[in-house]
Amino acid sequence: MTDLDERALPMTDSGILLAERPSVGRATIIGGPPPGAATLEAKGACAWFGERLVLEGVDLIMPAGQVTALIGPSGCGKSTFLRLLNRMHELIPGAALDGEILLDGDDIYATGTRAQQVRMRIGMVFQKPNPFPAMSIRENVLAGLKLARLKCDEKDDLVEQSLIRAGLWKEVRDRLDSAGGALSGGQQQRLCIARSLAVQPNVLLMDEPCSALDPTSTRRVEETIDELRGEVTVVIVTHNMQQANRVSDSCAFFLAAENQPGVVVEQGPTRKMFENPDDPRTLDYVEGRFG
Amino acid sequence: MSETAVDDAPAPIPASPKVGPTPRIVTEVPSAVDRRFNAVTMGAGISVLVLLLLVGGFLLIQSSDAISQTGILRFLTRTEWRTDVQPPAIGVFGLLTGTVLVALVAVFFAVPLSVFCALAITEYSTARRRKWLIGVVDLLAAVPSLLFGLWGFLFLSDKMVPISRWLSDNLGFIPFFHTEQNASLTGSIFIAGVVVALMVLPIITSVTREVFSQTPAGEKEAALALGGTRWGMIRAVVLPYGRGGIIGGSMLGLGRALGETIAVALLLPQVPQRIGDSIHILQNGGATVSGFIANRAGADSFTVSGLMAAGLVLFIITLATNMVASVVVSKSRSGAGVDL
Repeated sequence: MTDLDERALPMTDSGILLAERPSVGRATIIGGPPPGAATLEAKGACAWFGERLVLEGVDLIMPAGQVTALIGPSGCGKSTFLRLLNRMHELIPGAALDGEILLDGDDIYATGTRAQQVRMRIGMVFQKPNPFPAMSIRENVLAGLKLARLKCDEKDDLVEQSLIRAGLWKEVRDRLDSAGGALSGGQQQRLCIARSLAVQPNVLLMDEPCSALDPTSTRRVEETIDELRGEVTVVIVTHNMQQANRVSDSCAFFLAAENQPGVVVEQGPTRKMFENPDDPRTLDYVEGRFG
Repeated sequence: MSETAVDDAPAPIPASPKVGPTPRIVTEVPSAVDRRFNAVTMGAGISVLVLLLLVGGFLLIQSSDAISQTGILRFLTRTEWRTDVQPPAIGVFGLLTGTVLVALVAVFFAVPLSVFCALAITEYSTARRRKWLIGVVDLLAAVPSLLFGLWGFLFLSDKMVPISRWLSDNLGFIPFFHTEQNASLTGSIFIAGVVVALMVLPIITSVTREVFSQTPAGEKEAALALGGTRWGMIRAVVLPYGRGGIIGGSMLGLGRALGETIAVALLLPQVPQRIGDSIHILQNGGATVSGFIANRAGADSFTVSGLMAAGLVLFIITLATNMVASVVVSKSRSGAGVDL
C-alpha cells in the first residue's frame, strides 16, 4: 500500500482501517490508576531552583479529557510547571515548590501521598525520546507495569492496544522483540507514548514531544493526541503555535520578564487565545511577533 | 561573506575520461606544536608498551633455566614444588589453583558489595554525602596492602573462624566447604579471599560508580515518570546500562586479586595444593603465585628461575584477564566510560 492510498482511506494513524480495528476490549490492569480522565488543577503553584524563584502563583485548571497547551517563550517556566504536575520537579537537587496541585480534587503533594502513585496516574512524555534501549519494543511498552509492580493478565492485548493508540502498531507489529533503541526518532517517541499509555494513566503530560521529530512523525503524534481526547487529560508544552492551535482545547500563555519568575499571562479556550486574546502580549506571541 | 564565497567558487571541473567519481586525497599538514605534542604523547604511549615487553622478556629469559630443565607441560601441570630432591621437581599448578581460588573468593564477596556501595553513592545519596562516601572509599584504596594483611592476620582471622565452622558444618557436603577433622580454620583460602576482597573493593566500586553516574538522565526520568520506585528504576535502567562497567570493574578487581601479594603471603602457609588432593578452602592451607614468590625470594639461582617462571605464568594470566575484560566491556553500551 503506498503512502497516497493511506491518506485517502479513513484510517487511524496506526494504518488499520477503522472498521477493521481489532475489537479487543481494554486490557485490565490490576492495581493501576482508576479508569477515565481526571481533572488537574494548579492553585498558586510556585517553583524554585535553589534561591531562584522561577514560577510564581500559577492558577490553572486542566479539565478532564481535554487537551491543554502550555505556550510561551523559552525560560518562562512551562516545563517546570509541567514537572510540578507529576512530582518530577522534586527530583532536581535544590528544587522547591509551593501551592497545590489537585488531581480530581486531591493534592498530589499531600503528606502520605507517594510520588510513585502520582506518577503512575500522571504519565509523562519527554522532549527527547527515551525508550529503554536494553529492552525490546514489547518490554518497553510493558516497562511501566513492571516498574509500578502492576499486574495484567492480557499483556499481549495491552501491548497491542497501547501501540495502536500511540500510532505505532502497524510499523512494529512484526518485530515486537527487536530492540526499542533501534527505531527511528519518531518511532521511539511514539513508543514512549505507548509506554506511558500502557499504565492507563488519567493524565498524560507532554514536554515538547515533537520538537525532535520530523513533520510526518509530528503529524502522527498529533493524531494520537487527538484520539486520546476524552480518554485521557493531555497537557502539552509546545513552541509550535500551529501545533498548539491544532491540538489543544485550551491554552495557557506563560511569560517571564527579565530576572522575574514566570507567570501565566492569560489562559482560555484556544480559539479565543489565538483569535482575540485579552492581553496584547498574547496576541503578539501567538502571531509570532516575539519569543 | 557572500561575496568571497562567490570569488572562491571552484572552477568547473574539466571533463575526465574516467567513469564515475574517485575519492580525492586530502592531506593535512599538522602545525609544529601539534607535531611536537604528538611525538611526546606517542612516546609516552609507546614507553608503556616497551615496559610491558621488557618485563615479559625479562621473565622469559630468567625463567628459561627452570622451564628448560622441567619442561613447559610438566611445569604447568605439576603441583608440588621441591628443590631438595635431584632433579628438582617444581610446578606451578598448585600455586595457580590457590591464586585463582583466592581471587574468586575475593571477587565473589567484593562485587556485590561494590555494586551496592556504588549505587548508594550515585543513586541514594545527597550531594554532600556522596562526596563524603567517595572520599571514604578512596581512603580504603590508599591503605597499604601490608596493613590489610596484618589486620587480616592478627585480627580478622580469628573472628572468621566461627563463620568458617558454620559453613563447614552446614555446607560441608559441597566439596570445597568440606574440612578435615581437627583441622585449623585459620590461614585458609577463604579468609585470605575475604581480606583480598576488601582490598579490591575500592577499585571495583570506583569503576562501577563512574559508569552508574553516566546513566542517561532521560532514561532514569522515564522510569521514575512511569511510577517506578528508585530501586525499580535502578533495575530497569542503571544496572542494564552499567553492566559493562560491573563486568569490567570485576575483571579489573580479579586482575588485582590474582596479583595480590603481601596479604596472602602473610595469611596462607604457602604450601602448593591442588583440587582433588587436599584443597579445602575453609581450612589452613594453600598458596598463591605471588605470595609464594614473596616468601621464597633470595633462594638459590634455580629456585629463583622457577619463581620467575611462576611469575611469567601469573603475568600472562593477568594480562589475559584484563584483555578479555576490555573486549567484554567495549562491546557494552557503557563501556566507553571504563578504563581497563
